Amino acid sequence: MDADSIREMPDSPFAGPDFAAPGIWLRVLLAVNLIAFVAVVASNRDTGLLADEFLGVAAMLEPTALLALSALALAGRHVRQRSTWLQLVAVTVAAAASAWLVAAMTAPLRGGSPIISGWRPALVSAAMAATLFHWLHLRTRAQAPAVTEARLQALTARIRPHFLFNTLNAVLGVIRSEPRRAEAALEEMADLFRALMKENRTLHPLSEEIALARQYLNLERLRLGDRLQVRWDVESCPPDALVPPLLLQPLIENAVYHGIEPASEPAEIRVRFSREGDRIVFELENPLADAASHSHGNQMALANIRERLALFFDLEAGLDAAAADGCYRVRIQLPYRVREGR
Amino acid sequence: MTSPLRLLIVDDEAPARTRLRDLLADIRDQVPNEVVAEAANGREALAALERHAVDIALVDIRMPGMDGIELARHVARLPAAPSIIFLTAFDQYAVQAFELSAIDYLLKPVRAQRLADALVKAVRRRPDAAALGRVATAAREHLSCAERGRILLVPVADILYLKAEQKYVTARTRDREYLLEESLVQLEEELGERFLRIHRNCLVARQAVTGVERVSGAEEVEPYWEVLIAGIGERLPVSRRQWPALKAALKA
Repeated sequence: MDADSIREMPDSPFAGPDFAAPGIWLRVLLAVNLIAFVAVVASNRDTGLLADEFLGVAAMLEPTALLALSALALAGRHVRQRSTWLQLVAVTVAAAASAWLVAAMTAPLRGGSPIISGWRPALVSAAMAATLFHWLHLRTRAQAPAVTEARLQALTARIRPHFLFNTLNAVLGVIRSEPRRAEAALEEMADLFRALMKENRTLHPLSEEIALARQYLNLERLRLGDRLQVRWDVESCPPDALVPPLLLQPLIENAVYHGIEPASEPAEIRVRFSREGDRIVFELENPLADAASHSHGNQMALANIRERLALFFDLEAGLDAAAADGCYRVRIQLPYRVREGR
Repeated sequence: MTSPLRLLIVDDEAPARTRLRDLLADIRDQVPNEVVAEAANGREALAALERHAVDIALVDIRMPGMDGIELARHVARLPAAPSIIFLTAFDQYAVQAFELSAIDYLLKPVRAQRLADALVKAVRRRPDAAALGRVATAAREHLSCAERGRILLVPVADILYLKAEQKYVTARTRDREYLLEESLVQLEEELGERFLRIHRNCLVARQAVTGVERVSGAEEVEPYWEVLIAGIGERLPVSRRQWPALKAALKA
């Protein structure tokens, strides 16, 4: 499978959780703190001391978890591509060693022997690590390529291209008076159909996504003429950035439906892509003729894109949408990735 | 059929108008017709109807500014209102509503034969204002009155108050009064969000109310409240029955 496929998914059947991913760090830290909290509540005798006790435990557990995660992240593929059992051993050893190290370094503060005082935290950490690994393993399996891809297919299929229908009607209108224009429109429509019917389960370069959107807009111009104005601002963004397929076109279609069609005067859609460090930021803006009408259909499209972003990037991508000052804005940010081997 | 049908095409998309023209030319032998005017929106259509005698208007539903349904509701007030055939691409809801109200419509892409059938069927079928009101999904942005064979549009946003007087309802704007052939009850139902009832015979636009004042009348007359109307310095009496509701609405 390509490196740009679903969330850099497992490239071998053994591939385990990616310990460099922020999503994994977040989940591990949350779980560790939750377990610590439950343990403290269970052993607590005086409610007034609850917070102090929790802080005491967390102060030991968090450095341990961070240390172990860092080690595993550094080990990277060397761990991920081993069998599940070897991964489990690596994770357990990393956790135990980190716990022992943290205990040994903090021993002088607590007045114990650096060597001896570490065995208990090491044992507890190893057990917790084994449990968490099992959970992450199950989670990874539940999101196995087959499941994720099926979900992506379903989500992509749900993008109902109303514009194909509109365009057919528009082509019928010009077919006698402007046969060449009708011909060109049908050609572009064929391209768009191909893109829509493709198995859209891998990321593709931004340049392709933009080309697709431009073709779509050409078709809409057939029926809307000068009413449709688009301002592109994509120069500052690397065209090789990988984005989910069919990210742009459904959003622009929404903008046309809610921003251009109901407006009596020509109106403008603004599309902007930029790179901010290691992130790609996409912004789309359209005037809003009637705030109330901007409703259900749009929410569905947004939910669809949000879910696909999560499947591709987990927690590393985000989508916000809001109406303000007679404008509707969608903002998406995702990590900057390029196809490997270039 | 002796003389050809006189048709008006109303659609905001140029290719759609072209297509209808082509089809109408194709069926000319079967159903004699001539396109006397084209319009890209509701306002243009009303202007065209002032200048041309039209038998049937072919009207797209989804248009910016004034949609096809609202246009038809205004057109229905004309003494010589043309028949109307709606065109729609894929509005499931509209199609169901049209079926229920027996309103003529054609699905896009329009086919020549269906168009021919619809034209024959539509001749001398006046638009039914009540049925149109039922299928409308949004309140009108304009009210209209027919004056000397033409339609005057009154933007709802400009109306300060609506007052029932015998057979008519008067709509007062800053500049003048318009006579409407609609009932105050129906208007309240449609425009209730923007208007407040202050009297059995009167609705006042929320935004036109600048204040209320208590008036102590002459002897034997109980004191009552009056609403002050913005811009024209008029005062309208509030009935005792409406006062509690009005007070609550103004506080909100």
